[in-house]
Amino acid sequence: MIQRHATHERRAALADPQARYERMVEIRAVEDTVNDLFATGAIHGTTHLCQGQEALAVGLASVTRPDDVVTTTYRGHGVALASGMTPLALIAEIMGKTGGCTGGVGGSMHMSDLGIGLLPTFAIVGAGLPVATGAALAFQVRGEDRVAVAVFGDGATNIGAFHESLNLASIWKLPIVFVIDNNVYGEYSRWNVTTPIEHLHKRASSYAMRSAVVDGMNVDEVRKALSTAVARARAGDGPSLVEAKTYRFAGHSRSDTAPYRPEGEWESWTQRDPLRVTRAALLDGGDVDETSLARLEERVRTGVQAAVDEATAMPAPSVRAMFDHVWAEPLPPVVAPMGGRPA
Amino acid sequence: MPRKMRMNSAIATAVGDEMRVDDSVVMFGEDIAAAGGPFKTSAGLLEEFGPVRVRDTPISEMAFTGAAVGAAALGLRPVIEIMFMEFLGVALDQLSTQAAKFHYLSGGEVSVPMTVRASVGTGTGFGTQHSQTLENWVSATPGLVVVSPSDPQTAYGLIRAAIRHSDPVIVLEPRAHYAARAEVETGEAGLTALGAARLARQGDAVTVVTLGRTTSVALDAATRLAADGVEVEVVDLLTLVPWDVEAVLASVLRTGRLVVVEDSPVTGGWGSDIVARVVREAFGALRAAPFRISAPDVPVPYGKELETRYAPTADDVVRQLGAYVRSGNVPHPWWVEEGVTR
Repeated sequence: MIQRHATHERRAALADPQARYERMVEIRAVEDTVNDLFATGAIHGTTHLCQGQEALAVGLASVTRPDDVVTTTYRGHGVALASGMTPLALIAEIMGKTGGCTGGVGGSMHMSDLGIGLLPTFAIVGAGLPVATGAALAFQVRGEDRVAVAVFGDGATNIGAFHESLNLASIWKLPIVFVIDNNVYGEYSRWNVTTPIEHLHKRASSYAMRSAVVDGMNVDEVRKALSTAVARARAGDGPSLVEAKTYRFAGHSRSDTAPYRPEGEWESWTQRDPLRVTRAALLDGGDVDETSLARLEERVRTGVQAAVDEATAMPAPSVRAMFDHVWAEPLPPVVAPMGGRPA
Repeated sequence: MPRKMRMNSAIATAVGDEMRVDDSVVMFGEDIAAAGGPFKTSAGLLEEFGPVRVRDTPISEMAFTGAAVGAAALGLRPVIEIMFMEFLGVALDQLSTQAAKFHYLSGGEVSVPMTVRASVGTGTGFGTQHSQTLENWVSATPGLVVVSPSDPQTAYGLIRAAIRHSDPVIVLEPRAHYAARAEVETGEAGLTALGAARLARQGDAVTVVTLGRTTSVALDAATRLAADGVEVEVVDLLTLVPWDVEAVLASVLRTGRLVVVEDSPVTGGWGSDIVARVVREAFGALRAAPFRISAPDVPVPYGKELETRYAPTADDVVRQLGAYVRSGNVPHPWWVEEGVTR
């Protein structure tokens, strides 16, 4: 019943620079649209948006294979779309509709499609790291040349799962890349009130792990850093920790307007908006012109709106859906008939 | 051909037998490889299967429990050992919040066939932070199967069945029974079906539902009560989630009386679920009010006499069952009977 819609073609397309820009525009358009849908009350619950972090998501997906796996967070729409999920599957999921990637039982924080390497996204800070470590263990034990990638925020580097996972991955030399999407804020707190060091990749040294730091607003820089780390992991050369310096343009979640930002910080980071950076680079390259990019952007926005319309028209799942997939292997029913038994 | 072995070696044998027939089975945990396990529940596995499949981990329950989740999601069948059930506390997120939800949150695409073995319970003098059974840490999260063997045979059979199962299975191993010796049927014939209780003793006076260590306690008590002409039926659940409602109801319909003997404290204990369900399904068949014999609502004490009194003893079960069958009234727990507390 669940229509995932994701295609490997969407993933493979990211080999092309213009397609990478297009995907970043798509992520931005989806996040802006989701924000509007929440704001107008069209959907309930909460959401965590990733405007400003598109270059990391797209850069990562463009240097990994669909049979690699990625764990990411409740701020995971960008990674899902970059990995190949369609806006329709994602938006329908957030709207709790049958056509969502989990049929509407997961919601905004739980995107899933193993077909494109996306394990169910994690709503607990740091929880994806041990799981990605285990996926890498499976690849190592089975002798497969696949790689696991754990994407997580700066806040997760203060939770035990981060340290335990890096330690374990290092002693077992697992094929994994740990990626810090350092967007400056852990929920409502700026990095400096929660963390004694600014450059979090340095934490790798405690685990004798290679590390790198990269401008997360620049998709080409992201690709360079991550492709090196991914290639090392794939070659059996062990894990890496890569820190991408990004910036969360939105608040933590739907209800957070982020009044705590230092003056001028948002303005300064948005000057380096990853979409703006990539757009300028494409124009500089000379293969595209202003008109064609404007057309591309319009096409993406129209496509996202069409996805919203289609998702809106979808039915909500029947109440029976909540009983589906609790168990992979339901044990023989040992339940007595309802209404009691004769004495 | 049955072989006589201790429960710890039945467990190691079960894991080894399953590793031999299925290359995807791996085992890891603290001191389980080179040392063969603190309780020798994995002795010989490293030697036979090598360091790729049998691994010592750092003292990092969160990482290795989570690694089992990820490894299971990507095609392995990991068996992990939580040395003492309490140590699962630091890893509960990975089990209850991740492993239990993956199949649900992936629309049935990702299953997590992992086995978590944990030693539980009193009787070995490990003190307050190493002696609880804590079934309710794992029993109230849909998506997790929970089993508890009561002897070497069921340990062998449940471990093998757990490894083959497609959902996460938690095996609560009564630590006090690791040294217990008995004949064990190995091989396919030795498997124990998940979800099925075992009629450990037949009787017509009262149904006693047990799990793990309390099975032997109830069986001792039943032998003594039989001398007084009271025939106790013991239903050993073996699987706590999902527990065998049909077997328990069938027994209660025969005896008309129900007592649950459990190692957990009064509040929040699994026996409450058994009693509530039986009352709903078979109220008319009950000749007396059902009740639970459990531990008191206190941490597990260390002193030998204190620890022995904490969890139900055969003496305790004999006293309460005898009074219950004779009078039809529900007896007090020892701490009320002896005027220690209300």
